[in-house]
Amino acid sequence: MKGYRGYFLNKFGWFALTFVFAFVLNFLLPRLMPGDPVAAIVARQAQGISNSTGVQAIYQQYTELFGTNKPLWEQFIIYVQNVLRGDFGFSFSQYPRTVADVLGASIGWTLMLQLPAILVGWTLGNMLGALAAYLRGGFDRILMPSSIFLSSFPPFGMAVILLVIFAVQLRWFPTSGGYGFDLIPSMTPEFLRSVVVHYQLPFWSIVLIGIGGYAIGMRSMSIYELNADYVKFSRFMGLKDSRIAAYVFRNAMLPQVTGLALALGTMVGGALIAEIIYSYPGLGTTLLNGVMGQDYPLISASTLIITLMVLTATFVLEILYGVIDPRIKATQSD
Amino acid sequence: MGHTIRQIFRSGKFVVGFTILMSVLLVLVVYPWWVPDPPLQILGQGTFFPPGIYVSAYDASNAPVLYTLNLRDAADKRIESRLSQEDRLAMQEWLVADGLPESAIDLADTDALLALWEEHYEPDRRLPGMTFARMRYYQRVDAGLDSLRSAGGGEILAARNPETGELEETGMVKLTDYANISQVANVRILPLGTDNFGRDVLTQLVAATGVSLLIGFVAGLIATAIGLTLGLLAGYIGGWVDDIIMFFTNLFTVIPTFVLLILISFSIGQDQRGAITIAVVIGFTSWVWTTRSVRSQVFSLRNRDHVNLSKLSGHSLPRIIVADILPYIASYVVMALILQISSGILAEAGLSILGLGPRTTEVPTLGLMMNWAMIYQAHVLGNWWAYLPVLLTIALISFSMNLMNTGLDQVFNPALRD
Repeated sequence: MKGYRGYFLNKFGWFALTFVFAFVLNFLLPRLMPGDPVAAIVARQAQGISNSTGVQAIYQQYTELFGTNKPLWEQFIIYVQNVLRGDFGFSFSQYPRTVADVLGASIGWTLMLQLPAILVGWTLGNMLGALAAYLRGGFDRILMPSSIFLSSFPPFGMAVILLVIFAVQLRWFPTSGGYGFDLIPSMTPEFLRSVVVHYQLPFWSIVLIGIGGYAIGMRSMSIYELNADYVKFSRFMGLKDSRIAAYVFRNAMLPQVTGLALALGTMVGGALIAEIIYSYPGLGTTLLNGVMGQDYPLISASTLIITLMVLTATFVLEILYGVIDPRIKATQSD
Repeated sequence: MGHTIRQIFRSGKFVVGFTILMSVLLVLVVYPWWVPDPPLQILGQGTFFPPGIYVSAYDASNAPVLYTLNLRDAADKRIESRLSQEDRLAMQEWLVADGLPESAIDLADTDALLALWEEHYEPDRRLPGMTFARMRYYQRVDAGLDSLRSAGGGEILAARNPETGELEETGMVKLTDYANISQVANVRILPLGTDNFGRDVLTQLVAATGVSLLIGFVAGLIATAIGLTLGLLAGYIGGWVDDIIMFFTNLFTVIPTFVLLILISFSIGQDQRGAITIAVVIGFTSWVWTTRSVRSQVFSLRNRDHVNLSKLSGHSLPRIIVADILPYIASYVVMALILQISSGILAEAGLSILGLGPRTTEVPTLGLMMNWAMIYQAHVLGNWWAYLPVLLTIALISFSMNLMNTGLDQVFNPALRD
């Protein structure tokens, strides 16, 4: 287990370093934006006040409250201290709600939607791809072009098409939201049923998008493996086909796990847009509101949370991968 | 080289993808010559006009020649289009009250409905419980049906006399008058209707496809150029150069590209975001994959005999890279470029949906069209022409590119061939 410890520490070091870097970018980029978001809030708050010194006083109060009058490095230190305490400050667009409050309400929805959807899409895609490589012939000839076509659809495109067919035309599912607009989140059966109904369309649109890409990747990997020497050798040895298929599947699977780890960031981005199309109450919609309201504390915090989620998922996958495939540790050390 | 190209064009998948892409480009070139309007010109007063041929009603009734055609089913068609659903329901109500079973009445079948109506309706009869106003309503419906069916009917055209202010009859449009569409002065074909601002969707779509392809191309070129350069340097020179480059590559692999895109586009600000700026931003955030793959390929190439021979012969570094390494990874770089272009187009569309795309006043892009359609709820209102063609165009372009890529992959990696 000694080599494994080194691998773990190495991965953890990377995880920490990337996080710090992403954190700084998250802080810096929105604050380089031209224009003064505080002025926008003041304009909203001071509507109807004609006294200019009054407006000035309000402006002063808000810049002090948000700390935008201090130099950037000082703001950064304050920001770090606050974030460590779990305090992301006030949301500009939804003041007086705090960013932590806004995000806390949405992060659960995103986790509940995206994690299962991405995993299901990945599993189904890999199964179909392996099947196409194994069966070839007609199945492959249909699956391959349709996978390419499926994966050519932009994530929001699939969301819109499902929405139009199943929500607008057939009226099987609601068009937007995470639960009925007339319900209050609670643990009643009525609310849970509403959540399940609202869950279907966003979920399947993310799953369908994922299937295509993974099916193509898995098919290529499986074909490579099927032509490998060990397969021929096993055939000569007279092993059963199902046994060989299990070997091939396992070997072809390994790169797909890294593929999942590396593509998580992209997938989450696409899934966020699907959330927006369905006005699902998750991080995607929150992010959109932040962009619309020029709300940089909210944007910083949501992108930070998304980055942290993706980083953690990647980290976990890579650790698992190191356990599954010992060769990876070896290649990491050179 | 020539041999490779011949081989590529023998791959069915590549040829199909290539043909689709070329047809799209051909349309881009030919269409503006056919409809020269600026793409963002607002034509319609109102939102979402459905697709169709729009004939000026004024010009049609004032056409130089009006022809008389006695068409057998003209009256029926006219009635069918004039008879509103409300009138049909009212007729059904009358007939049911008259004693007919409701199942015997088909509202969509105008002929059958009218036959029943003629057979059963009596203008002077007042059904039990019917108000006087309702009775008059039925009489009006019936009279309207009669006037539409009579051969001599028509509508009088009148103009206001500028001196007296009185209406004077200037002509008469009979029910049997027809104008030849080629003689009507103003006819506009809107094959995909108009969008929420009243702009011609097809003209806009063609322009948007061009801009989006340009964005994808610029983004793809930048990403591939950066990826190739960094990959070559890291892979060939190795050592500390490799360490530094890989440090940044690893960093950017794990930070979600989309998050980076959002942050950068947001901080650029709406006013500064032109189409090309967006393309550059996309390019600068998506080089990571290319760098990784180029590096690993160069890694395996740099100790080959022919490279060592070149080194021993004292060739310079640029020459070794260009003459001894690039040819071996060229096929991969072309494939990466194609993928980068199509993902650049998708990235622009994603950003625009978030409201972080190029500013909206200058050029249309596929993402912006999609964004407006979403904001104006075209998908919920059933205005398919505002979003479906856009989606299909995006899917078609990226489908053709993916297909070309799969074709190339099968040519360069014989193990994948069918």
